[in-house]
Amino acid sequence: MSRLTLKTEGDTHVVVTRRFAAAPMAVFRAHTEAELMQKWMLGPDAWTMPVCISEPRPGGRIRCEWVDGNGGGFYMTGEYIAVEPHSRTVHVERMFLPEATPDNHVETQFKADGQGTLLTMRMTLPDADARAAMLATGMEDGMEASYERMEQMLATGVLS
Amino acid sequence: MRDLDAGFGALADPTRRAILARLATGEATVMELAKPFAMSQPAVSRHIKVLEDAGLVLRRAEGTKRHCRIAPEAVDELDRWLVGLREALTRNYARLDALLATMDDGKGEK
Repeated sequence: MSRLTLKTEGDTHVVVTRRFAAAPMAVFRAHTEAELMQKWMLGPDAWTMPVCISEPRPGGRIRCEWVDGNGGGFYMTGEYIAVEPHSRTVHVERMFLPEATPDNHVETQFKADGQGTLLTMRMTLPDADARAAMLATGMEDGMEASYERMEQMLATGVLS
Repeated sequence: MRDLDAGFGALADPTRRAILARLATGEATVMELAKPFAMSQPAVSRHIKVLEDAGLVLRRAEGTKRHCRIAPEAVDELDRWLVGLREALTRNYARLDALLATMDDGKGEK
């Protein structure tokens, strides 16, 4: 039901879709209200987002700071370009790893789908150097944590 | 450093993805690769050239025959970023599912 799809589009874009069992308003709020974003936009286990600023209006700022609890961390800044409450946002963002990655342009759509929401996110593929930097920033740790969790689920029969 | 963007461009074409899929099963000559496609051998050669330039395919000459094989480590590196993104999103969205279930305006499905 909630399977994630992730596809490249041409040379420069990646399109992500995911269904959620909640109304568009809730999914939209979770993507744009700082105190909600801090609860789920976290990456690998053990990472937290102590600082989150989100001003969902055209020209409004975005700033997220993540820390791993061991002195490591990075941050992202961005700006909203378009905001249509509960249905669509367009923003740009860049990571500081610590050097700034090129701007990633992101269009996010929230469409009612029965009682739920179909989320579509279309973003710019980061260039090769930015991807390499992101890979070096702990994505692989996160994958490992994720595989461990999957193994636990398999062991307890959740997926059977 | 290998140009990953050229790699993504190379993979954007269905013919080139099909060629890679064929090469994933083992080495092949250009003639063998051209066989399933309704296009000329030079056209297929051009696709192979794009894959070669992107570091996805290796070519070696043996007499008049050109043998092609996949460069597995190149494809692995190319896929890693998208795999990492998928993992990060999967984890985040699982957390978002749990958060949405607690929100009053979520009107969550049973």
